[in-house]
Amino acid sequence: MFTLNTRMSPSPSAAGYRLSRRGLLKGAAGVTAAGLSLPAWLASAQMELGTATGELTVGSNYSNELPKQALHAAIDAFPNKNVTIALNEVDHNTFQENITTYLQNPDDVIPWFAGYRMQFFAAQGLLGAINDVWDAGLNDIQSEGFKLASTGQDGQLYFVPWTYYCWGIHYKPSVFAENGWTPPTTMEELAALGEAMQGAGIVPFASGNDGRWPAMGTFDQLNFRLNGYQFHMDLMAGRESWTDERVKNVFTAWEALLPLHQENPNGRTWEEAASAVVNGEAAMMTIGNFIGEVFPDGDTSDLDFFPWPEMNPEYGTETIEAPIDGWMMAANPKNPEAAKELLYHFGTADAQEAFLTVNPSVIGAATDIDHSIFTPLQIKGLEAVAAARSVTQFLDRDTSPEFASNVAGQAFADFLADPSSIDGILEDMQAQAEVIFAE
Amino acid sequence: MATVIQAQAQDSPQAGPRPQARRLRQFDGRDFWVVAAMAGIPTILHVGLVWIPTIFSIILSFTNWKGIRLDDITWVGFQNYVQIFTVFQKNFFQALINNSVLLIFLFIGPTALGIGLAYLLDRDVRGTRFYQGVFFTPVVLSLAVVGFMWQSVIYSPENGLATQIFGGGQPVDWLGNQSFLIPFGSTYGVSWNFVAILVAIAWRHTGYIMVLYLAGLKSVDSSLREAAMLDGSNEWQTFRNVVFPSLKPINVVVAVITVIEALRAFDIIYVLNVPRKTEVLSILTTNNLLGEGGGNVGRGSAYATILFILCFGFVIWYVTNHYRQTQEGADT
Amino acid sequence: MSASPALPPKRRKPITLGRILLYAFVSVTAFIWIVPIAGAIFASLRPYTETVRDGFFSWPQTLTLDNYRGAWDQGDIARKYWNTAVILVPALIFTLFFSSMVAFVCSRYSWRFNIVLLSIFTAGNLLPQQIIIQPLFQFYNRVPLPEWLSNSGKLNGSALGIILIHIAFQSGFCTFVLSNYMKLLPKSLNEAARMDGAGVWKQYWQIIMPLTLPALAALATLEFTWIYNDFFWAVVLEQQGADRPITSSLANLGGQFFTNDNLIAAASMFVALPTLIVYVALQRYFIAGLSIGAEKG
Repeated sequence: MFTLNTRMSPSPSAAGYRLSRRGLLKGAAGVTAAGLSLPAWLASAQMELGTATGELTVGSNYSNELPKQALHAAIDAFPNKNVTIALNEVDHNTFQENITTYLQNPDDVIPWFAGYRMQFFAAQGLLGAINDVWDAGLNDIQSEGFKLASTGQDGQLYFVPWTYYCWGIHYKPSVFAENGWTPPTTMEELAALGEAMQGAGIVPFASGNDGRWPAMGTFDQLNFRLNGYQFHMDLMAGRESWTDERVKNVFTAWEALLPLHQENPNGRTWEEAASAVVNGEAAMMTIGNFIGEVFPDGDTSDLDFFPWPEMNPEYGTETIEAPIDGWMMAANPKNPEAAKELLYHFGTADAQEAFLTVNPSVIGAATDIDHSIFTPLQIKGLEAVAAARSVTQFLDRDTSPEFASNVAGQAFADFLADPSSIDGILEDMQAQAEVIFAE
Repeated sequence: MATVIQAQAQDSPQAGPRPQARRLRQFDGRDFWVVAAMAGIPTILHVGLVWIPTIFSIILSFTNWKGIRLDDITWVGFQNYVQIFTVFQKNFFQALINNSVLLIFLFIGPTALGIGLAYLLDRDVRGTRFYQGVFFTPVVLSLAVVGFMWQSVIYSPENGLATQIFGGGQPVDWLGNQSFLIPFGSTYGVSWNFVAILVAIAWRHTGYIMVLYLAGLKSVDSSLREAAMLDGSNEWQTFRNVVFPSLKPINVVVAVITVIEALRAFDIIYVLNVPRKTEVLSILTTNNLLGEGGGNVGRGSAYATILFILCFGFVIWYVTNHYRQTQEGADT
Repeated sequence: MSASPALPPKRRKPITLGRILLYAFVSVTAFIWIVPIAGAIFASLRPYTETVRDGFFSWPQTLTLDNYRGAWDQGDIARKYWNTAVILVPALIFTLFFSSMVAFVCSRYSWRFNIVLLSIFTAGNLLPQQIIIQPLFQFYNRVPLPEWLSNSGKLNGSALGIILIHIAFQSGFCTFVLSNYMKLLPKSLNEAARMDGAGVWKQYWQIIMPLTLPALAALATLEFTWIYNDFFWAVVLEQQGADRPITSSLANLGGQFFTNDNLIAAASMFVALPTLIVYVALQRYFIAGLSIGAEKG
């Protein structure tokens, strides 16, 4: 059943990792990095590319048309033609809901999320370590932060970063220009801007929380802006309490912002809210870059975003939410040589450029990727991640999925329905968190 | 057709009661093995794939398990049940209330409407097959489209048809309004959005009931109805005193189906993304048992077991009642 | 309803207030029932960009079959129809075959386990699917099958596995209905056959089954709908997207975040078509067969 729900969460995963700015900047330095790194993996001789043969099964949760074609393009770009790739295409939500059973009868190469959600399955012994794939050259073209997000609790590497996207406040520059508005950098500016928008008869923030995951995005922004990255990750890991005063502050701030949002978000899908932005009825929306898919013909030339403004000078705007998607290998693949070669391929700019050329809604993870193929929105995201000190995935990727979907999502919906009941909500959350994180 | 069978059925008692021993002699030699195979193979399949997993699930409800490695299963006694009745009680009791409300609603809403429609369509209404088709279509439509129809076409807060008819130009939060229409204290109640979902459930369920009653009405002797009308009974009296009592067998079937559907209710709520306060037991079960990340098979199985006990209590009552009656019937 | 003069029904009833009210009530209710369906069909004929701009209930500027073309190709509908047929046909046949055998044994002979057996099947039919699935998956994942039966080499991931659980799960309901039906056939039939020297199998296959056809037709219609629309078993027990049944093709049109509802609406028409055809074709048997099964409910 868990299958038809095509509008569920973007999916969880978690784990704290700090981005090394150095790592990213090194990559950003340019295309030449790939060329330079080539001899390095040849010399390492742990893994020889181009030697694998036979059939390779690859799982894919890229079900709708554009991402599906994009993945086909990336696989067509796989240089080793002696390997026959059989793609097992499953829709995204079914795949995600059934990941536990799927991993017990998996394909050799598996799509999934970086961080906590990968580490969980690695610790269960369902994934194969791929240190040699990284040694073959990915070390040089993936940032330190992304490498950390690809590492299991045992220190082995299990994941190849593929693409990512950013969360932030999205808006139409044309609407802002028309009204003489500029993106706010402080909460005071945001409040003033909201007032101006309401004066112009436009709802400042579109808001839809059907499916209960979109509100998690707003919570994340407010929590790491107010309380910092470390507190946010500790809260996600069950190491901080939901009844803590700092958490309460988040909801106080959120409640103060609710008058700027569309009313009654719980029964509105995020697509409906986004179309209010497209139609100019609402000016802004806290959402991921994927809002571009709702724009007519996916044309994002009139779409931009800015980070959530600073709320606490101690933490500024140092954290960004940028969920990373990527690839893993089954614990006992039928064709490990071919699996590793393909994983290496997915980690390179070649594969990612092939993918992004067809589907420009995300950003490639390889640091040496050719920036000329990017839209301004992608460049913006790339720069925002490069400028961030730390990166979060998303609430349901950063914490136990059970806690995210069975506790947090419901609690946020209850809060949006009746903000005055927050104390009771937080007490229940804490009691349930204690049970779930004890297991 | 039904009446023909009924007439034939009357001659079955003429076989008369016999001693048990003589009956068993019906299968001797090869026939015994044929009978054993005919009953045995389907039974092994059914018990093996339905009942044995059920028993394992009940056992798993006393454990903690992530659903991956068998050696990971740890025995925790009644811990999962204790947690459901304490830490998770708000969701659990709200779900129990929703299941009960759904049960009552199914009887007074779709069942009553289904009987009514069947009764009307059973007469020589022109285009009766067309109407029957219309009411039955929701039963055969697949869930994804049912979800889309109600979420986007009917209940969309800005553009939905329900909003355009009843909203008076304002957006209406049909599926998100979790405040209580009928509160039971401050924590529990029947929420507005659950009522909105009940409408969708009625839309899907009525045709099913209608078809069952159409079938039932075919077996009502039409001469009885005509005799009653000739005696001066009006339509309602005829229905109440003649038709409805003769529908008793179908009433029992419908009652069974309704109770079970109310307890197992899952699909429409699920495809509407389970708005807050519309959770039912099967949703809690699925959320805890089959979600991503493995969830907690132990607690999920505990929810499933509670659901099972509720269904099973009813099943026992029904099975004993049903088969005792038929047994008595066969022995007379 | 009003009291109409009660005469034995003629071909046409006279037009009375009662008849008018009857037609009015039935028509209005039918209209309400059609609205969501019509809304979905309407949406399926319009491009997404238009409905996202104007809402689902707006005057159409474009009516097109593009969504149907897109759904057919992207949803891989042809292949998914085939996958469903591979599961549905054997599941349907064996469900009816197995349950008719059990119903036959339990209803035509009196022996000790009759009630126990019928109770097991009837109660099994009423169990929630969720309570079965986890242990079933673990079991399926440990049963090896030869390559020609299963790509995965296991019962898990094979069509056979899904067929078997359908048969096992659905035979509860069918046994219940068929035993009720067969009980009403005269016992003397068996005895006469036995006098003629017919064995148990012959009595079942040549005497009772032909008389049970109406009930089998009704059950076939119902079971067709249920097995066809199921996605619970297939989603957990089949990991290969391409081998999943038609019900999964709708989900396949939805993306990670974004879902084109108009495309889904078009695809769901393809999905609904076979069940509607079967219902319309078998409507008469359907109701007749059910009526007998319910007889002694």
